[in-house]
Amino acid sequence: MGRDGVVYTETIVHAPPEQYAADAPYQLAIVELDGGGRMTARVLGKTAEERVKIGQRVRFVEERSGVAYYRRDG
Amino acid sequence: MRAVAVIGIGKTAFGALGERDLRSLAVEAVENALQDAGVSPKQAEAFYLGNFAGPSFVGQNHLAPYVGMAAGFEGIPCTRFEDACASSGSAFFHAWQTVAAGIYDVVVAAGVEKMTSQTTPRVAEILAGAGDMAGEGRAGATFPALFAMIARRHMHEYGTTREQLAAVAVKNHANGAKNPLAHMRKVITLEQALAGKPIAEPLTVYDCSLISDGAAAVVIVPLEQAAWYNSRYAKVLAVVQTSDHVALDEKADITHFPAVKAAGAKAYAMAGVGPNDIEVAELHDCFTIAEIVASEDLGFAAKGEGGPLAASGATAIGGRIPINTSGGLKSKGHPVGATGVGQICDVVTQLRGDAGERQVGKHRIGLTQNLGGSGATCVVTILEAA
Repeated sequence: MGRDGVVYTETIVHAPPEQYAADAPYQLAIVELDGGGRMTARVLGKTAEERVKIGQRVRFVEERSGVAYYRRDG
Repeated sequence: MRAVAVIGIGKTAFGALGERDLRSLAVEAVENALQDAGVSPKQAEAFYLGNFAGPSFVGQNHLAPYVGMAAGFEGIPCTRFEDACASSGSAFFHAWQTVAAGIYDVVVAAGVEKMTSQTTPRVAEILAGAGDMAGEGRAGATFPALFAMIARRHMHEYGTTREQLAAVAVKNHANGAKNPLAHMRKVITLEQALAGKPIAEPLTVYDCSLISDGAAAVVIVPLEQAAWYNSRYAKVLAVVQTSDHVALDEKADITHFPAVKAAGAKAYAMAGVGPNDIEVAELHDCFTIAEIVASEDLGFAAKGEGGPLAASGATAIGGRIPINTSGGLKSKGHPVGATGVGQICDVVTQLRGDAGERQVGKHRIGLTQNLGGSGATCVVTILEAA
């Protein structure tokens, strides 16, 4: 899948903008896409095991309101 | 092209100035700069005002004539410049162009921001508008989040440590504590900085600059006229503005800022100096990692060595290359639209030998670097004492 990829960089946001207050803390990542290019996306999950690090593979899950959501792959 | 000089500087205190409105802050800074220059408002031929988000922060548009008329200017062109946190760097660059080109002789460049009337989450949302709102912004990237992602990658590629990031905050707070105009005049320890509340991992509250109100202004004229007004002028050896992608995910390598590197290289060539000639610098430490990256991009450290440079003490007052002797955005405060011109005021203060207990030993040549967004705009100036 061209939308899957590898984490180029990431952060966990504790101080969200007003509109995403209910989501915090959430993980954001820039994903290096298998199909080429990079995209800033959300990583699903709240536990330490679900969080991702640079170099780990992520799987595209869905797009909601124009935002791509990923999950840790393996 | 004519050589240009800064003949007057003026600042307000930076801080949470609850009772002060945007216009009164900007007018105070302009009046201080005019007085310092020995220039009356009626002599000014153009007024360029940097402001990032007055319309969002305080609901006021059309800011330049709004401020300009209150400052006593008479019918001259008054224009607002908006390039995110480099708004007043941009105003200064464009003011310099008009004087260098021979269009005007006396121009005022200023910057102002009034931020503290909004809640912190609302400020984060407004500031996010300096990024790509259709991409990273929609995904929930605040500015701390963007610089946190830069920090993570810099740590991954170069081994930069949490302690090195914290060293920038400790140093800038030590400097700001001695600056009467600084927002947070508080010394912090490395332990405090490391234990700060997380904002966007790995950045804590101590890695982030402050939400501040404030204004700054300068008066510029052709160098050959500078001494008529003020013997304590500073020569503008170089001023360069550059640009790059707004979205962080469109940059090939986020561990450096191409716009900063390009602005630095062009400014050094224009001024005929190199990084080793700079004796004092104000760098755009909107986040601790930003000072580290800028110190590399401007040649004060090799690539990847900005962290060790900060931790070594070389960037402290008395070090090899003192950076942010004002306290930087971290401690002095970051009223975003005022920051670029504020940095120029801070360096001119050092070049004049007026920095009091923050004064650096050698102070003939100084540099400022003002960054917009996550590196989409950069303005670098190099200034020399009269």
